[in-house]
Amino acid sequence: MLKKLLDRTHRGRTVSYIMVVVLYLIIEIMIHSGNLSSLFTSLLVPVCCYIVAAIGLNLNVGVSGELNLGQAGFMSVGAFTAVSISGYLAASVSNGPVRLIIAIIAGVMISAVFGLLIGIPVLKLEGDYLAIVTLAFGQIIKSIITNMYLGFDGNGFQFSFVDNNTKLAPGGKMLLNGPMGATGTAKISTFTAGVILILVSLIIVYHLMYSRSGRAIMAARDNRIAAESVGIDISRTKMLAFVVSASLAGAAGALYGLNYSTLVPAKFDFNTSILILVYVVLGGLGNMTGTIIATIILVLLPELLRSMQDYRMLIYAVVLILIMLLTNNENMKTRLRRLKNRFSGRGRKEGEVS
Amino acid sequence: MEFFSYLINGLGLGSVYAIIALGYTMVYGIAKMLNFAHGDVIMVGAYVVFFALSSFNLPLIPGVLLSVAVCTVLGITIERLAYKPLRQASSLSVLITAIGVSYFLQNAAQLLWSSSTKVFPAVFPSGSLELGSLSISYLTLITIATCVLVMVCLTLFINRTKTGRAMRACSEDKGASTLMGINVNRIISITFAIGSGLAAIASVLLCAAYPSVYPTLGAMPGIKAFTAAVFGGIGSIPGAFLGGLLLGVIEIFAKAYISTQLSDAIVFAVLIIVLLIKPSGLLGRRIREKV
Amino acid sequence: MAEDKTPILKVEDLGIDFGGLTAVNDFNLEIFDREIVGLIGPNGAGKTTVFNMLTKVYQPSRGKILFNGEDTAKKNVVEMNRAGVARTFQNIRLFDQLSVLDNVKTGFHNRVVYSPVTAVLRLPSFRAKEKETEEQSIELLKIFGLEEEKDNLASNLPYGAQRRLEIARALATGPKLLLLDEPAAGMNPQETEELMSMIRLVRDHFKIAVLLIEHDMKLVMGICERITVLNYGMMLAEGTPEEIQANPAVIKAYLGE
Repeated sequence: MLKKLLDRTHRGRTVSYIMVVVLYLIIEIMIHSGNLSSLFTSLLVPVCCYIVAAIGLNLNVGVSGELNLGQAGFMSVGAFTAVSISGYLAASVSNGPVRLIIAIIAGVMISAVFGLLIGIPVLKLEGDYLAIVTLAFGQIIKSIITNMYLGFDGNGFQFSFVDNNTKLAPGGKMLLNGPMGATGTAKISTFTAGVILILVSLIIVYHLMYSRSGRAIMAARDNRIAAESVGIDISRTKMLAFVVSASLAGAAGALYGLNYSTLVPAKFDFNTSILILVYVVLGGLGNMTGTIIATIILVLLPELLRSMQDYRMLIYAVVLILIMLLTNNENMKTRLRRLKNRFSGRGRKEGEVS
Repeated sequence: MEFFSYLINGLGLGSVYAIIALGYTMVYGIAKMLNFAHGDVIMVGAYVVFFALSSFNLPLIPGVLLSVAVCTVLGITIERLAYKPLRQASSLSVLITAIGVSYFLQNAAQLLWSSSTKVFPAVFPSGSLELGSLSISYLTLITIATCVLVMVCLTLFINRTKTGRAMRACSEDKGASTLMGINVNRIISITFAIGSGLAAIASVLLCAAYPSVYPTLGAMPGIKAFTAAVFGGIGSIPGAFLGGLLLGVIEIFAKAYISTQLSDAIVFAVLIIVLLIKPSGLLGRRIREKV
Repeated sequence: MAEDKTPILKVEDLGIDFGGLTAVNDFNLEIFDREIVGLIGPNGAGKTTVFNMLTKVYQPSRGKILFNGEDTAKKNVVEMNRAGVARTFQNIRLFDQLSVLDNVKTGFHNRVVYSPVTAVLRLPSFRAKEKETEEQSIELLKIFGLEEEKDNLASNLPYGAQRRLEIARALATGPKLLLLDEPAAGMNPQETEELMSMIRLVRDHFKIAVLLIEHDMKLVMGICERITVLNYGMMLAEGTPEEIQANPAVIKAYLGE
């Protein structure tokens, strides 16, 4: 068993599972010993959410090779589904963790349905056109949720669109309130739930990657025509990656939504989609461990730079640009390698050769 | 009559989108990259005009020229510093870098000029032209006229000048263009310069219609214009023109006849439908992979 | 060849136009079980276009392709492969970021089948099916002398090995007809020699027919039982290697006036 976990194909996976568990234990110890500031404590659940959404997106962008600019849209679907379900069940299912699980599952299912419906037209397109359509769907989802009004009272559900025509009997409750979103949500998300969700996402994505379906997904990415020539149905394969990615975003959104008492639809806009994409690209395409590390660093970076006050987002932008230049420009890469060699004391020869 | 007035308003808005979309489409056609920072160049242009007019009391034309000059230099600088080193990198890396540039510009603006909204001065005569029962504001007329002028000049430039021909050659095949003695790096710089200059012009028209200036003002028009460029077939100059105008008209009609709140959703839905019928946009060319 | 047998591939009056330009016209071909047939002709004669029609990368404008006696008009690329036609490409198309072993495993996509749910939940059948895929893939790699390279990235292989890997991947799909597009391109004489015996071995071992495009006349004349010559999209000649070598029209097409 141990040998299997350490062999070539499993090593990467083992490292990421261990990393997540170790980080979890360290943070738990810090929380219990009172060494974690309230600011960082408040960031724990959101970081988990972004990690899960980014792992999903990496399956879509890194493994399947399709640029998706609408991941926040699926998070939004998951979030508002979960918040509504949790709000509706608040009285009947009082146990928080149970309600959280039900809400997340509901969020995943509805996001998966959206993923499937959106995937049908989207995956007919290629390259940048596919990207712009995912962007468009993200915007449409945001617009629709911004205009949804959903409430319930003793007589059942009331729903209206664009104009709020719901008239609830006394004791009724609004679940979705147009641009104001959801309010008065019971905060039932926990850090532990977030970590479990990360582990489950990793298992799903890794198990998929190292299987018949995963090989087909990567084959379709590497060479579409050759993949078809060995009998791989490209659209089904891409759809699988797209729907799993959307489902994980849904789970992430569900956890996110249930971590705040109020949630506005505008939260899940184009910028959020881009932010998650940045985590994926900086972490490395197809590299889940990298995605986790990049997400943690990039969520924390603005907070760590808090002492810089107004300059922090500017520095964040500069760091982002510099990382892209350093990791993608051959010239810079060579210079970086030389510098590394000099510091590590390894002979200059190696540096010159590269 | 109501229909015609909406149509003309739509063409006015569409003209602004078209001018911005030209920037996206030219850069895409030549550098094959989605320049997400383009919207933020518009924002910088707007601030420059704002300060030129209200702080330095410059007249409109010199103010606009100053803005065009600043944006042109900005465009070239961004390309040199951030995009040129990534010529060989994956398109995704370039995209992320462009996003970084966009964050940079927005936050630099916020730092320099604060996040509070500044009111753009009235620069165009406020009246409107009365044609029977139809009334068209001078602003709309000026906007449409500017767009047509830009389009004509650009088409002449692309088709009649040596640089324009070199640009077309680069968009077809960079390797072959280099072999023919075209300085590809120079052409890419010129493309960014033109796109950014147009963004400055668009910023004036945009702020004349919606007179508030703030650091993220370029984001939404940027996304819309990008959509317009894809709508018309990204890489195609007439496509950007057509896409921009159509997008403006659809947006105004959606607002007038269906729902203000849902107008954005409708615009994007139309885009999706068009792409499903014509996967490379209205005037785009479909490139087939050779087996 | 035995006239009483039905051919596994029968092509009738096949033709295709690209925007009004006829690329291939009136192409006829019959291939019988376990035959090795050559398709030759000068550059631009339309040989690869024929392959693209046989695999449905291009939909023919005219004519019929009967595979195993069945009309394939409604089939797409994926269905052609499932029916039993596999191919390699003139400009090698491997899955560059996958290992050599995984490249071959993708070939078993429709032969060892289990669902994504089985994979995610690691159900018992997952292990059995993966083992089966792995063993059969290794078996193929051994035949092509690539076993040592199984964990390398496909893109890191030398050119000749990449060509062999492409053939192994095509065979993994379990074809009845294998289309090889310039298998010897870029190989040195010794590699070409080895390739020739390998093609024969593949035919005997997998009991399949082979149609190959090749410019290396030594290879074509050495292993093909029949040859079809294409010129300007039209059939110029067909026959045994001896007949083709003696055909004045073929000599003229190759050597010019």
